[in-house]
Amino acid sequence: MSFSQADMAAIWLTIKLASTVTLLLLIIGTPIAWWLARTSSRWKGPIAAVVALPLVLPPTVIGFYLLIAMGPNGAVGQFTQSLGLGTLPFTFWGLVIASIFYSMPFVIQPIQNAIESLGERPLEVAATLRAGPWDTFFNVVLPLAKPGFITAAILGFAHTVGEFGVVLMIGGNIPGETQVVSVQIYEHVEAMEYGQAHALSALMIIFSFIVLLALYGFQRKGKFHALSVK
Amino acid sequence: MIKACFKVAYSSSIKSDFSLDVNIDIPSKGVTAIFGHSGSGKTTLLRCIAGLENSVQGHLEVSGQVWQNDNYCLKTYKRPIGYVFQEASLFDHLSAHENLLFAMKRAEHTVSQDNFDRIISVLGIQSQLTRYPNELSGGERQRVAIARALLVQPKILLMDEPLASLDTARKREILPYLERLHENVDIPILYVSHSLDEVARLADHVVVLEAGKVKAQGELTQVFSTLEYSSYFEQGTGVIIKAAVLEKDQQWHLMKVGFTGGELWLSDNDEKISEEVRVRILAKDVSLALSNHEDSSIANRLAGKVEDIIQEDNSPIALVRLKVGDEFIIARLTGKSLANLGLEKGMHCWAQIKSVAIVH
Repeated sequence: MSFSQADMAAIWLTIKLASTVTLLLLIIGTPIAWWLARTSSRWKGPIAAVVALPLVLPPTVIGFYLLIAMGPNGAVGQFTQSLGLGTLPFTFWGLVIASIFYSMPFVIQPIQNAIESLGERPLEVAATLRAGPWDTFFNVVLPLAKPGFITAAILGFAHTVGEFGVVLMIGGNIPGETQVVSVQIYEHVEAMEYGQAHALSALMIIFSFIVLLALYGFQRKGKFHALSVK
Repeated sequence: MIKACFKVAYSSSIKSDFSLDVNIDIPSKGVTAIFGHSGSGKTTLLRCIAGLENSVQGHLEVSGQVWQNDNYCLKTYKRPIGYVFQEASLFDHLSAHENLLFAMKRAEHTVSQDNFDRIISVLGIQSQLTRYPNELSGGERQRVAIARALLVQPKILLMDEPLASLDTARKREILPYLERLHENVDIPILYVSHSLDEVARLADHVVVLEAGKVKAQGELTQVFSTLEYSSYFEQGTGVIIKAAVLEKDQQWHLMKVGFTGGELWLSDNDEKISEEVRVRILAKDVSLALSNHEDSSIANRLAGKVEDIIQEDNSPIALVRLKVGDEFIIARLTGKSLANLGLEKGMHCWAQIKSVAIVH
């Protein structure tokens, strides 16, 4: 079972995509998760629903609307064109943006839950110990919510690796640019190259299994409560 | 001096119409207890002083500095307070020592090694420092929490029923540390409690809250000996008298204390001669007689003059306040006995005290 040049490129591209998306989602998603966890505004429900949409919508729907928005006539497309960047569909960065939407709830929700389960008390304690908001976030919230962040990273990464529908709509299957593993498998099947399809699929199964093993094994071990109240 | 004035009204499906309407002056030295039953608003008041209640309007001035008024509210993390919560609330991801370091790093001025050592020894937590919160008992966690609050070098220490979540044994274990704290710390301490015992043992001043309103405030011994406030103390009604240890009786393990009104015998708990102690006499432990009954098992008998009598309509109980020397003693009797003895204001009589407790 050996991989062709194209297969290796696809694997490498997949890893690159998933890492970039996970990192960006952790940075963008954390403030959103924080807000959702702690706000009592009436926008909480609607925003939480929007964040959760990718859990429910067919990926092709997400892909379709993004294709239009990022295309030459869409709002995003016109913006990128005015910056001299051309349009995003069929580029790596277009895929990154699409994947951010696609994997959003998988990163935001675990972080949101972790922050919610901290409750008010650790934050109040930090304030009475002269810790300002940023100080509290980095020295109290982050360490205590670490399991949530790790879960978010693992899920975000794994979920992006598994993308297919959105990639097909936005990506266009360009080798080295948008040809990720999931699409590559599809290609092999279409071309009846079942051997190669098997190879890549087996790789995906092993990868997914290891990820889930890590996730559940980790959750079993390290969870302490934010406050051990006897 | 702390001047606090808060008006809060909550109306929600959970709490029905809670309100806090207080205007208090708290001295800048010693322990001021905020006493009241559950729901009386004492924790809310403390949280308002700490700035932890976001939606509360009010005026708060501490040592001349305005912390809150109609246009302005100083955020909690900028207030020079130390706060001890009812449940220890140590950071779980840090060891006891690291919890203390968290505070020290954010203190006003660098904490000296001497200072650190002193606080650790007053609270007796030296051997707990390397452990994590989930490895410590409730009492140990609270002591670490108190040390942590002190290490941030606050100008005022706020304590919200720190003993409430502990069992009796742990409470008894921590109280001596709290008493020592009182002596070792020169910042004002605000101590919220619903336990009259704790208040009697620790406080110098007391503010009594009921249903969100201040019913009494003042120096502890004065408030305790005022008949009109006794309804807030119920079974705990009683006075506190400052006395000095005069002599010991080795044979019977007793010691004698004296004050302007006379002498009392109590159990010897190793206090030293001429040490000043606080003694608490509950009204229900005091009976009155017109003459001095020497043939009684009650050895503590003091002569006094009736100053005041309170008897509520429809209640069989009467409270009598006696002047004994420079101090007061309150006795609880039935209205019937009062009538039988024919006691009235100005009359002399004898107070027979069944039980006297040292309250340090």
